Amino acid sequence: MTGWQAFAQNFLNPEVAAQYAPMILAGLGVTILLAVLVILAGLTLGLALAVLRAFGLRVVNWGIIFIVDVFRALPPLVIIVLIYFGLPAAGLSMSGFWATWLALTLVLMAFAEEIFWAGISAVPQGQWEAGRALGLHFLPTLTKIVLPQAIRIAVPPLVNRTIAITKGTALGSVVAVSEILGAAQSGMAFSGNPTPLTLGALAYIVLFIPVVIAGRWIETRFAWRR
Amino acid sequence: MNDFVQAFLNAEIAVASSHLLWIGLLQTMLLALMTVPLGMLMGVLLAVLSTQKTPWLRWPLMAFTDFFRAIPPLVLLIFLYAALPFGGIDLGAWGSVALAFLLNTGAYYAEILRAGIESVPRGQPEAARALGLKRWQVWIFVVLPQAVRNVLPDLISNTLEVVKLTSIASVVAVPELLYQARQAQSITYNATPIMVAAVIYFLLLWPFVRLLSRLENRRIAGRK
Repeated sequence: MTGWQAFAQNFLNPEVAAQYAPMILAGLGVTILLAVLVILAGLTLGLALAVLRAFGLRVVNWGIIFIVDVFRALPPLVIIVLIYFGLPAAGLSMSGFWATWLALTLVLMAFAEEIFWAGISAVPQGQWEAGRALGLHFLPTLTKIVLPQAIRIAVPPLVNRTIAITKGTALGSVVAVSEILGAAQSGMAFSGNPTPLTLGALAYIVLFIPVVIAGRWIETRFAWRR
Repeated sequence: MNDFVQAFLNAEIAVASSHLLWIGLLQTMLLALMTVPLGMLMGVLLAVLSTQKTPWLRWPLMAFTDFFRAIPPLVLLIFLYAALPFGGIDLGAWGSVALAFLLNTGAYYAEILRAGIESVPRGQPEAARALGLKRWQVWIFVVLPQAVRNVLPDLISNTLEVVKLTSIASVVAVPELLYQARQAQSITYNATPIMVAAVIYFLLLWPFVRLLSRLENRRIAGRK
């Protein structure tokens, strides 16, 4: 047996691959579902907090800044472990899936708030003043004039951050979520062969390479003209 | 409320597990001191090579960078740690962590530095060459300092992410802070050690988060 054949036997064994491909595909479904739920909730909450911060209520803003700082400073895996292994002690038990979802949502919320807020503060003061001068109230000025510009500024950094956090769905494998990595690891344990893990890695590549390339494209496309 | 304090902020248990957590904290710092310079070195190398004009060098390197930016670091780590031994290559826990971080964070640093290098006007290296500086001198004294300055917030942000990412080493049983906290938790049947670990991470990284938030705000606000 040549070295290549031995390598293929181990890492790309066709029999093992055929047997465990459905498991990895099911994992891919879980990863995509988890990612979509995290993105929806994280971005919505982040935008909501940034808008709330625009009202300029001092005590509320301190609270927002503190929460955002906490979830920017803590490693996502620590938050997942804390929710999954810690909360049951307080009588609140959550499945691995929802624990991962909650942790990643909080992290994305924090980063998104920071980026949206930076976008809002980057809109020139004159835009606010012009809106008010035209007779618009605070809220219409915010939603119709300031936010559209702020979001445009926020898109490139937001896309990259969202991709990075979405890749964190793999951390769910630590708390027994059978997303791609979790499924691949069980496949490897059952078959005694690393092929399922190779398939899992391929699944991530197929899923994320287009996203990474699209992210780079968006970054140039939306780049603020200096 | 009392139950919550008992389960999460139990002073006795915090004291009892402090020794384990202290070891974990030292290992986390050691990991950070290992992974940040490794990743940065790899990033500089990749960035410098991928901004060369030769396409047969640039395209494969871009593909390499994109590949390792697309794979979640935990997947890479598990692959190196659990799958490679089947091929007769056993890197061990520390070796796997080192290689995974070299590839993953190297790719991220490379992408950031590439943007930085491209933001340096072409006239700069040309002028430096015209003044008689050698190629390596142009890179070290002219291009890289400006490139780094232009993307400094991104570099700091990525470094913060790398330090946070060292927590995944717990999955391959490196006794860093999170791993030790989980050990302490399973010995004491109490979530306090994990809470304490979270507080330690926060206190350790908060100053950098604050600094970063200022730098980023200043940069975006500067675009007015």
